[in-house]
Amino acid sequence: MPAFWINMGPQHPMTHGLWNMKVQVDGETITDARPELGYLHRGVEKISEVREFQKVIVLTDRLCYVSSITWSHAYCLAVEKMMGVEVPERGQWFRVISLELQRIASHLMWLAAYGPDLGLLTALLWSLRERELFLDLIQLMSGMRMNQNYPRIGGVRNDLPENFDAMCKRSIAHFLRKLEKEYEPLLHESKVFQMRTVGVGKISAAEAINWGVTGPNLRACGVDVDVRRLDPYETYEDVDFEVQTWKGPDAGDSYSRFICRFREMRESCSIILQALEKMPKSGAYRAKPPRRGEGEGYARTEDSRGEALFYVCGDGDDRPYRVKIRSPIFCTMAATPIMLRGNKLADVVAILGSIDVCVGEMDK
Amino acid sequence: MSASTPPVGPVIGRPVAGIEQEVLAHLRQRFGAKLVDAKVVRPLVAEVAIDRADLLAVCQYLKEALAFEHLGCISAVDWKDHYESVYHVENYYNGCVVQVNARIPHDDPKIASVCGLWNAANYHEREAWDLMGIVYEGHPNLERILLPKDFKFFPLRKDFPQEVDRQYISRRKLRGGK
Amino acid sequence: MSAPLVPSLFGACYILTGWIVWIINWILRAIGTVIPPLFPPLDALANWLASAPILTVLTWLVMTLVMVVWACLVNLLTMMWVERKFYSRLQDRYGIMISIWSLPLWPFNRRKDVPTHKGWGYLQNVADGMKLLQKENLVPATADSMMFNTAPAWIAGTTLMIFAALPWSSGLYVANLDLGILFILAAFSLAPLGILIAGWSANNKYTLVGGLRSAAMLMAYEIPLVLVVIALVFTTGSLDPKVIVTQQERPLLTLGPLVIPAWNLFGVQAIGFVVFLVAIIAEMERIPFDLPEADAELVEGWTTELSGMRFGLVFGFKWLRMIAGAGLLSILYLGGWSGPVFTTLYLGSVPIPIVPEEIWFMLRVYLLGLFFIWLSWSIPRVRIDQILNIGWKRLIPLSLLAIVAAAAVRVVTG
Repeated sequence: MPAFWINMGPQHPMTHGLWNMKVQVDGETITDARPELGYLHRGVEKISEVREFQKVIVLTDRLCYVSSITWSHAYCLAVEKMMGVEVPERGQWFRVISLELQRIASHLMWLAAYGPDLGLLTALLWSLRERELFLDLIQLMSGMRMNQNYPRIGGVRNDLPENFDAMCKRSIAHFLRKLEKEYEPLLHESKVFQMRTVGVGKISAAEAINWGVTGPNLRACGVDVDVRRLDPYETYEDVDFEVQTWKGPDAGDSYSRFICRFREMRESCSIILQALEKMPKSGAYRAKPPRRGEGEGYARTEDSRGEALFYVCGDGDDRPYRVKIRSPIFCTMAATPIMLRGNKLADVVAILGSIDVCVGEMDK
Repeated sequence: MSASTPPVGPVIGRPVAGIEQEVLAHLRQRFGAKLVDAKVVRPLVAEVAIDRADLLAVCQYLKEALAFEHLGCISAVDWKDHYESVYHVENYYNGCVVQVNARIPHDDPKIASVCGLWNAANYHEREAWDLMGIVYEGHPNLERILLPKDFKFFPLRKDFPQEVDRQYISRRKLRGGK
Repeated sequence: MSAPLVPSLFGACYILTGWIVWIINWILRAIGTVIPPLFPPLDALANWLASAPILTVLTWLVMTLVMVVWACLVNLLTMMWVERKFYSRLQDRYGIMISIWSLPLWPFNRRKDVPTHKGWGYLQNVADGMKLLQKENLVPATADSMMFNTAPAWIAGTTLMIFAALPWSSGLYVANLDLGILFILAAFSLAPLGILIAGWSANNKYTLVGGLRSAAMLMAYEIPLVLVVIALVFTTGSLDPKVIVTQQERPLLTLGPLVIPAWNLFGVQAIGFVVFLVAIIAEMERIPFDLPEADAELVEGWTTELSGMRFGLVFGFKWLRMIAGAGLLSILYLGGWSGPVFTTLYLGSVPIPIVPEEIWFMLRVYLLGLFFIWLSWSIPRVRIDQILNIGWKRLIPLSLLAIVAAAAVRVVTG
């Protein structure tokens, strides 16, 4: 049978989100791949040129709807750099807690999507069950479960409620117990899971850096780079956490990406607990920014999927002149042909699931 | 770690204080008059403005001599009298970021492509072409990426009309105020 | 040892057919009395219907109908309910809940205090079947419509054929063949042809890839299946299911009051048991071997283009094959329908079952089903080349080993 092109998507149950992956298949082996983006392009960059600075936060929330606080926070950081606004310390701690809660929720959503990709539908329901804990915490903190509109330029929108400490500690203790007792036997120790993911979708560290792959996908190749440590923002210098890098053999395959993301959830739990201890118990959490901004502001943060980068230009108006969004998945998508070549057709979903695609941020 | 010594071993990214001054000094020493503007924005971030003709030389120096292996982003900005292609290159070894603003005249939106240096530029340059209309010479396949393949306009340009609803602009502004 | 509830399906159906024919004859003769000129031909027809050969033929028809109703309507629905409830409890959720209280008919819609959709869930599968019947009958324009229409009928028909020879107890069977196991395995193996036809005829890249994968996988797993049955014949000497089960009823080990029967599992056939278990899971196309129908990559694999009841037949009969596979496994290795001695009362020499053989058989089938379900929902899918690896490189050598071991034991024990 000669080689032919198969469309995985755009309507496909397991490519999470709306994008197309053209795969050239020779029998069962993949010879070439071509991603096709743009099905979810909403023109966020253009719209944000006519909205006031604070109103753009509503748009950036919806860039990656699974992990909204991280995107709005990156935008707020960029605008704060442009305007020269200093966020009070308590606001910074609130931001750190909300970011880490959002990171865990995003990784659990990834796990809920990745399990069924491989045929393990039980992972879907268990991950969503745990995600409910964190969505409840995020709701307590910000009022909404997703698209929260929580970060503000100069701080955050509101204060923490009183019972947040206790609920947070209880949820995290429950979650860590579940990770150890249920998820690890189901996933790490499952021989079939390892058969499906070890050695599949490899990319070397040099190629990954050259193609712009960042985040857990890069750390799985053995590169110890995390923006929270490389260029600390907020109060990340005051918390103690370990950057989860894959140090063993077989770096850069789906299993190492899976393990890096999985372990990051534990690290995020420890960051939240430390933040709850170290946070000042009272004080301002929001500074008032000026109405107009002029100049250029650039900020990069460690989003759940990689390095999210915002470049904001202002020309003295109360709206941004240009907002440029750099999405980690947009860049990782350029590297997918390298990861896919040579593998089998059945591995496409295992590989694409392991890089954690969120089409909202990819297509802006 | 100094900015111009080649790094060894696995990549471990931790910030080095004062590195942006060093990098700026190296750039000034190498390119001198060609830098239209060079300044330190904040710790770890340096900004350099150049003309489009020097782009490849500057980028090659940054990548090969100063080990800036990661191209973070390529942005295209439409200042109404000129375009700017803004490159954010990052160094994983010491956390330094250099923002290179390359000026492009408004009536001739062409600039050299850095795809040969960083493959990450591939998609970013396609996006800049797609939305802003800047042609990157030397790009392997410069075609539309986010918009439909037969779309005729470049939406991010300032002369492409913005769909504005009256309700999103305050009445004060509509009446001509600020 | 244990007694069947239905000592002979043929006998029971003969009596039933007799009653049905009696009623039909009464109606015919009544019509004949009312319209006198029609009486002679109708009376002749009635006598012909009641004659022995015709009654036998009608009995066979009624027997197949009873077996189809028993297998499909009762067991299939129950097995589907067991699966859906069990795996949803594994996933920490309630599961299917439409039961008789959801029906908008009297008297079930009178009680306002009982929530409508919070029952046991037994009628959910009926509801799903009705839904599938209402769907549009789509045939893709570029598909080979004759093959496309035939394929689900092929799969369903060959699956039902298995139940012609699969006995549920020493009396509840349609036909007891000397080569019963061979017939059952052959009927099992006909369905892959239907799957390939379904995948190919839909003229769709996804279905084609799914159909070819299925053909490759099932071909690779038929071989160890048959080889371990050959190994089994060394111990049993016969392919007749009743003989195989009767042989497993003798005691192997007596520990005081506890008697361990000589199931084929407790012996050299244990290797064969393991191979048969893995091969039958692949034959049933369950996770971890369900890549042909993988809803992750290939939408629905070879069943992508099937809509409505075509899909319902093919999808539902997966559980029928599970029942057949579990039944086969229990007959060959787990003692079939034999139960402990104390579950039968002997009045004179007539055995009266307290717990009849059908119950023991169904217990084994459903417990095996629970095992298959638990396995399916805890393990990811195995990739096609890994599946073929396991089939060709691991199971076939093991089954050859089983043959050699069984032959050696037979030679040693005489």
